[in-house]
Amino acid sequence: MSNIEITVNGRRHAADVDARLLLVHFLRENLDLTGTHVGCDTSSCGACTVLMDGKSVKSCTVFAVQADGSSITTIEGIGNAAKLHPMQESFWASHGLQCGYCTPGMIMSAIDLLQRNANPTDDEIRKALAGNLCRCTGYENIVKAIRAAAAATATTAARPQAVKEEIRTPEVV
Amino acid sequence: MAFTAMVGARIRRREDPRLITGRATYVDDVKLVGLCYAAFVRSPYGHAKILRVDTAKAKAHPGVFAAYSGADAQAAGLKGSMPVAHKMGDALKAPPHYPQAVSEVRFVGEPVAVVVANDAYAARDAAELVEVTYEELPCAIDLRKAAAGPPYVHADLGTNVAFDILFTLGDAKSAFSSADVIVKQTLVNQRLAPTPIEPRSMVADWDPGMRSLTLHTSTQIPHLVRTQLSVVLGLEETRVRVIAPEVGGGFGAKLNVYAEEAIVAWLSMQLERPVKYTETRSECFQAMIHGRDQIQDLEIAARKDGTILGIRGKILANLGAYHQLLTPVIPQLTVLMAPGCYKIPNIDLQLQGVFTNMMATDAYRGAGRPEATYLIERLVDLVARELKMDPAEIRRKNFIKESEFPYTTATGLTYDSGRYESTMDTALQVADYKGLRAEQEAARKSGRYIGIGLSTYVEVCGMGPSAAMPAAGWDSATVRVEPTGSVTVLTGISPHGQGEETTFAQLVSDELGVPIDSVNVIHGDTDKVQYGVGTFGSRGTAIGGSALKLAIETIQAKAIKIAAHMWEVDPADVEYRNGQIVVKGVPSKTMSTAEAGFLAFMGDKLPPGLEPGLDATRRFEPPNFVYPFGTHVCVVEVDPKTGHVTVLKYFAVDDCGPQLNPMIVEGQIHGGIAQGMAQALYEEVVYDENGQILTGSLLDYAVPHADQLPHFELSSTQTPTTVNPLGMKGVGEAGTIGSTPAVVNAVVDALAPFGVKHIDMPLRPEKLWAAMQRNGGAK
Repeated sequence: MSNIEITVNGRRHAADVDARLLLVHFLRENLDLTGTHVGCDTSSCGACTVLMDGKSVKSCTVFAVQADGSSITTIEGIGNAAKLHPMQESFWASHGLQCGYCTPGMIMSAIDLLQRNANPTDDEIRKALAGNLCRCTGYENIVKAIRAAAAATATTAARPQAVKEEIRTPEVV
Repeated sequence: MAFTAMVGARIRRREDPRLITGRATYVDDVKLVGLCYAAFVRSPYGHAKILRVDTAKAKAHPGVFAAYSGADAQAAGLKGSMPVAHKMGDALKAPPHYPQAVSEVRFVGEPVAVVVANDAYAARDAAELVEVTYEELPCAIDLRKAAAGPPYVHADLGTNVAFDILFTLGDAKSAFSSADVIVKQTLVNQRLAPTPIEPRSMVADWDPGMRSLTLHTSTQIPHLVRTQLSVVLGLEETRVRVIAPEVGGGFGAKLNVYAEEAIVAWLSMQLERPVKYTETRSECFQAMIHGRDQIQDLEIAARKDGTILGIRGKILANLGAYHQLLTPVIPQLTVLMAPGCYKIPNIDLQLQGVFTNMMATDAYRGAGRPEATYLIERLVDLVARELKMDPAEIRRKNFIKESEFPYTTATGLTYDSGRYESTMDTALQVADYKGLRAEQEAARKSGRYIGIGLSTYVEVCGMGPSAAMPAAGWDSATVRVEPTGSVTVLTGISPHGQGEETTFAQLVSDELGVPIDSVNVIHGDTDKVQYGVGTFGSRGTAIGGSALKLAIETIQAKAIKIAAHMWEVDPADVEYRNGQIVVKGVPSKTMSTAEAGFLAFMGDKLPPGLEPGLDATRRFEPPNFVYPFGTHVCVVEVDPKTGHVTVLKYFAVDDCGPQLNPMIVEGQIHGGIAQGMAQALYEEVVYDENGQILTGSLLDYAVPHADQLPHFELSSTQTPTTVNPLGMKGVGEAGTIGSTPAVVNAVVDALAPFGVKHIDMPLRPEKLWAAMQRNGGAK
C-alpha cells in the first residue's frame, strides 16, 4: 500500500492505496465521483477522461499512485446544474449527447482542446476527439457543440472557474 | 396561461443536466451496503468438453465469498434455461441454454465459473485461480460448412440448421424464365458488435426476509427481464423488481435477457448480499450479442426496360451457439423486407438459421432490415449497371407509386403510406445529383475516382402488432394529474438516450395545457411503472407515444365531465381547445387541466357517479407496423494509390412522419447513419477457424472515431402514418438501414472504371486496392 495525496476538484484527499489501483477506480470507488465512466479496457474509448494538472488524461491508464501530488479535475468539478461550464452548456444546447455515457469524457477532452486551440476548425475538432468514442451521435452534434463553445468562449473571454464538489463530500484526512 | 406549441419545437432535453454534470446514475454507479463483486471465468475455446473445474484455490483467496462452476450452480439450484421468444413451434430447434456451461462450452466467452469477492479486484484475482480442464472439440465456424454438415455445435441435434424456411411467393420460376436479364450476386453481410459505450452492468439485491429480488440492470426491457428472470429463477414475478436506471446505449444489444443477469441474481439469493457485475469491454465483445452475419446467394430478374420481375436465392443466417431472446426472429425480417420499396411480385427465398461456435446474433440497430435493404439496394444497382441505366431511374421505374397505397407486398406486409418517388426527387435536388454526375465525369478524366451512391429504403418498425410479434407488441402509459396540477407520466417504454423524458413532456404540455416543467416522465422501474414492453424496434414514440396519447384523451374526457358539471352545461358542449377546457362558442368560459385535477382530488364537486382522481392508464395495440422511408445519397472519393475511401458528402432525406422534436429526430438519424456507415467501411467481428474472436477489444474492432465520419446533411419529408393516433413512425433505426447501401453503392460506382461490380463489406482500403489492381490499377 502507498500513501498518496491528490487534490480532486479543489479538495485534498489522502489515502492508502494499492499500487495497482487505477486513478479512475480511485475517483469512482474511493471518492464516489461516478461521473467519470469506464467504457473499455484498452485505453480506447476516452469515457474516463479527466484533467490532471490541467491536461486531459485517460484515468484508466493512470495509476492512483502516479497521480500522487497532482491536481485532478473531473466532470463534477467544472460546473453543476445551477452553474454550468460553457462546454456543458454547449453540449446541452447543441444536443451533443444522447445516452450520456461518453459525455463526461468528451466534455473534458473538449475543454482540453480549447485550452490548446481556442478556435479550432471542424477537422481539428474531429482529430482532437480521436481518443473519445461516441456510439450515439455520429459526432455531428458534438463537433457542433465544441464549435459553439469555442465561439462563446471567444466572445466572453471568460475562463471557467473550478466549482467545488459539494454534494458528495468524501472523507478528508 | 398562454398556449405555447411544444410539439414540433427544438427544445433542449430535460434529461441532460444530470448527464452533463456527471450526476446521472448508471448501474455501475449503484452502491449498496454489503455490496460484493462477481467475476466470471469464461471459455477460452470455441468448442470443448469441460472435464474438471476446480474452484478450491479461488475459494481460499482472501475476500472471496463463493465460487461456482456451472455444475455446482446447477446442483445448488440454478436450473433454468435462458429464454428465446418465438412462435415457430417445432420448426425451431432450441437446445437448452444454461446460464453457465455445465459439461460443454460452445463459444469463446461462455461463462464457465463465477467468483464473488468483497471487491472487484479480489474477484478478478480469484477468478484467475479457478482451474478448468477442457478437451477441445472441433468448431463450426465457416457458415456454409456449418450449414452443410458436421462438426455440430449441439451434437445431439445431428445438424447445425436450427430452422429452414421456404418463402415462395408469386411465381419466380416463370418470372426468371421470361426475364431479359438475370444478375447473380452473393452478398456477405458481415457480423457486427453493437458496442454501446456502457458495457453490460448489473446489481442484484436479494431481500431474504421479503423473499424479493431487486435487479438493477442496463437493459432496454425492464419488464420483460422481470418476467423472464422470474421464470428462470423460479420466483413469483411480483417478488422481482427490475430497475433500468441510466442506460449508456443499447442499440438492440440490451434488448435481451442475459445469462449473467440470471447468475448474478441467483448469487445474491445464495449469498443474501447484493452482488454487482460489470463486464469488461473484452467480455462485452465475447458475450454481448452480435448482429447481422448473413450470406445471401441471390439472383434478380428484370426486363430490358428495368422492370424488376423477381428475386430468388438462399440466405444463410449465422445464429451463433445458442438462441438469445430474439435470435431466430431477426433473419426472418430480412426476407419480409427483401422487396424494399419496389413492386416485386415474385420472391423465392430459402432461409436457413445455422448454429456456429460463436456468440449469438440478435437484434442490432435495424435487426434484419439493414440486411434486407442492403440486399435489394445492391441488387437494384447491379441491374442498373447491367442495363446501363441510371440508378435513380431504375428505382423510379419500380417504386410503389403514391396512388397505390395501402400496398401489400409479395411477402405479405401492408405498407400504409409512402412517397418514395417525391422523396427521392427531393434528395436528388438537395444533393444536386446532376451536378454530382458532371463532377464525377470531370474527375475521372483527371484520374480521380468519385462515386455517387443511392439508397432508397423503406423499413418496418414500430414493433409491432402483437399477432405479428414473438411476444406482446403493445405498450402502455399512465398519466396522473396531481392535486397541484403537476402531471406525472409513467411510460412502459424504457428510453436510454432517445429523449422521451422531453418529447413525451412536450406532448403532454400541449395537450393538457400544462407547463413542460411540471411534467415528470418516469420509466425504467417495474415497481413504479405499469407493465410495458420496452424500447426497441423504433417503437418508443410510435407505440409508447400512442399509448400516451390515448391516456391523455381519457384524462381530457374526464376533465370535460368535471368542468361541465361545475358550469352546469352539457358535457357535449365542452371541449379541449389549445390545452384548455372550454365551452364551445363561449371562449371566455375556460378551465385548466390543473383546476379540473384539483376538483378531482377534492372530490366534493364531482358529477354523481364519477370517481375522484384524474388519472388514466391506457395501452396501445398497433393495428400494423409503420414504414418509414427515405433516400440517402453518398458521395465518396477512392484514392487509387491506397484504396482509402473519403466520404465527401452525405445527404439524407428521411420520412418518419410528424416530429415531436426535430432536434432529437436528427440526432437519431445522425447516430443511425454513423452506424450504417461503420458497417460499410470499418467494422467486422472476426473469428478464426478455432473460434477465437480476433476483434476482441476496441483496439481491433473498428468503431469509427470522429475524424472517420463526415458531416451529415439532413432533410425530411413528413408523411403521416394512418396506423396510430400520432401519425408518427419510428426513427431510431432508419439511418442505419438507409446508409449502408448508399455508401457501398457509392464506392462501387467510384470503382466502375476498374470494372468492379461488387466488393463485400467492410470496404477496407486493402480490398479496394486489390480490386483496382486486378483490373490494371490506377490509370
